[in-house]
Amino acid sequence: MPLPYYVSPEQMMKDKAEYARKGIARGRSIVALEYQDGVLLVAENPSTLLHKISEIYDRIAFAGVGKYNEFENLRIAGVRHADLKGYSYCREDVTAKALANAYSQALGNIFTEGLKPFEVEVLVVEVVDDANGKNEMYHVLYDGSIEDERNYAAMGGQAEEIRRFLKEHYREGIPLAEAVRLGIRALTVTQNKTLTERDLEVAVLDRKRERRKFRRLANGELRGILGRPDPPEGSRPMGTS
Amino acid sequence: MHEPWSGLFGRYVNTSFVDLLRQEAPDLLTLPPSAVKPAPADAHGVLGVPTGTTILALRYADGVIVAGDRQATEGYQVAHRRIEKVYKTDEYSAVAIAGAAGPAIEMARLFQTELEHYEKVEGDGLSLEGKANKLGQMIRMNLPMAMQGLVVVPIFAGYDLRRAEGRIFNYDVTGGRYEETDYTATGSGGKDARNTLKKLFRTGSSRADGIRWAAEALVDAAEEDVGTGGPDFVHGIFPTVKVITRAGFEDVPEAEVRAQCEAVQAARRQGR
Repeated sequence: MPLPYYVSPEQMMKDKAEYARKGIARGRSIVALEYQDGVLLVAENPSTLLHKISEIYDRIAFAGVGKYNEFENLRIAGVRHADLKGYSYCREDVTAKALANAYSQALGNIFTEGLKPFEVEVLVVEVVDDANGKNEMYHVLYDGSIEDERNYAAMGGQAEEIRRFLKEHYREGIPLAEAVRLGIRALTVTQNKTLTERDLEVAVLDRKRERRKFRRLANGELRGILGRPDPPEGSRPMGTS
Repeated sequence: MHEPWSGLFGRYVNTSFVDLLRQEAPDLLTLPPSAVKPAPADAHGVLGVPTGTTILALRYADGVIVAGDRQATEGYQVAHRRIEKVYKTDEYSAVAIAGAAGPAIEMARLFQTELEHYEKVEGDGLSLEGKANKLGQMIRMNLPMAMQGLVVVPIFAGYDLRRAEGRIFNYDVTGGRYEETDYTATGSGGKDARNTLKKLFRTGSSRADGIRWAAEALVDAAEEDVGTGGPDFVHGIFPTVKVITRAGFEDVPEAEVRAQCEAVQAARRQGR
């Protein structure tokens, strides 16, 4: 019987991480931005049926990049987790933090125990009812590592460049239309093309809405926002669009 | 196949929240018949649990109106004066509950979660017919409890976007589902409310007329049935009235319901 090859654990983890990162880098990116009334999620996604951004619960949204079937599994698991918890306790007890931790555990286990790691990154976002409260954004990576982000977050192939762009251009309390345009500019920062409403999937968690805060922006609405260019920098007062 | 993530989230592959509960947390569902002891009844055969009473639904030009009184009765006592019997289940439907209040409210909550769960997992809502069937199955699930006296008989009403009309469904204790063309009412005062609606109902009425008839039917039920609470001008308690149209679900403001109740009372005071 031939002896199995010895692979050091260190090498194995490295290989897995590289494999997962490659898979994720092939996918298109997603950005999340905190705006005046909540959190905006923008994805480059030409499909209108296969979503990358979805509702999980009243105040919680989900976004995934990478392999569709893998993050779709995670999304459905998230909806189940949230609905079970909300039904057995109370709707307010369902939090992004608990969900992000569950994702982190699941992805971490798959990464260490599975033959093949999930080639996904997910973002779990929660909006708070109170205008002065703190929104929560948890970014969970393929190996289960988890970070909480402030103001903006980016995932996918060009995440580094997008983050650098947003660091320079993002400011707090921007209105929705401006946030949408900023998000789209961020997505195209490494590409030489313009995105129209047909290439985009855009949704918000809007704290002004009744119970269910999640809302998708329809193509017509997006077209309206994209049609209006930003006023030149410096000429506008804060908080107007 | 056993997936690594299934350890965390269960082996369940379906879009029904009720099925998920059955698998993951069966203790949150209705108890099996063997676990339910016959409820103690008093000398008059009345169970010692609060029961909700009169609920009704009727169609009008733009959709449906669903209404209910606010009283829960326990034997010959008023258990609660202000309970809600009409629940929004999603943007285009509502369920009104009569019967044992505890299981009925729980069923409404479970049904609401079921519809939302389906919508989120599938990315699209159920058809109105699908929702009505699902509720029927849930009532059937409650049958062992119903045999012990904890009967739940809801009315389901909603706006059918595909057919562009309001629709009303009535149920029996076994989960049997019956669609009504014009109006329906159930609960202990249901028969009285139905009689009133029978005399007043006209197809394609206005919203104001529909709400007025609903108020009139509930006042009649309260007059004839001890278990039904009428409009209470002293404590300021008025029936719950909801409207569902193409534009979605809407709470009828209390002031509007109050005005209609006053109009009914005023007409009666003058002997009309």
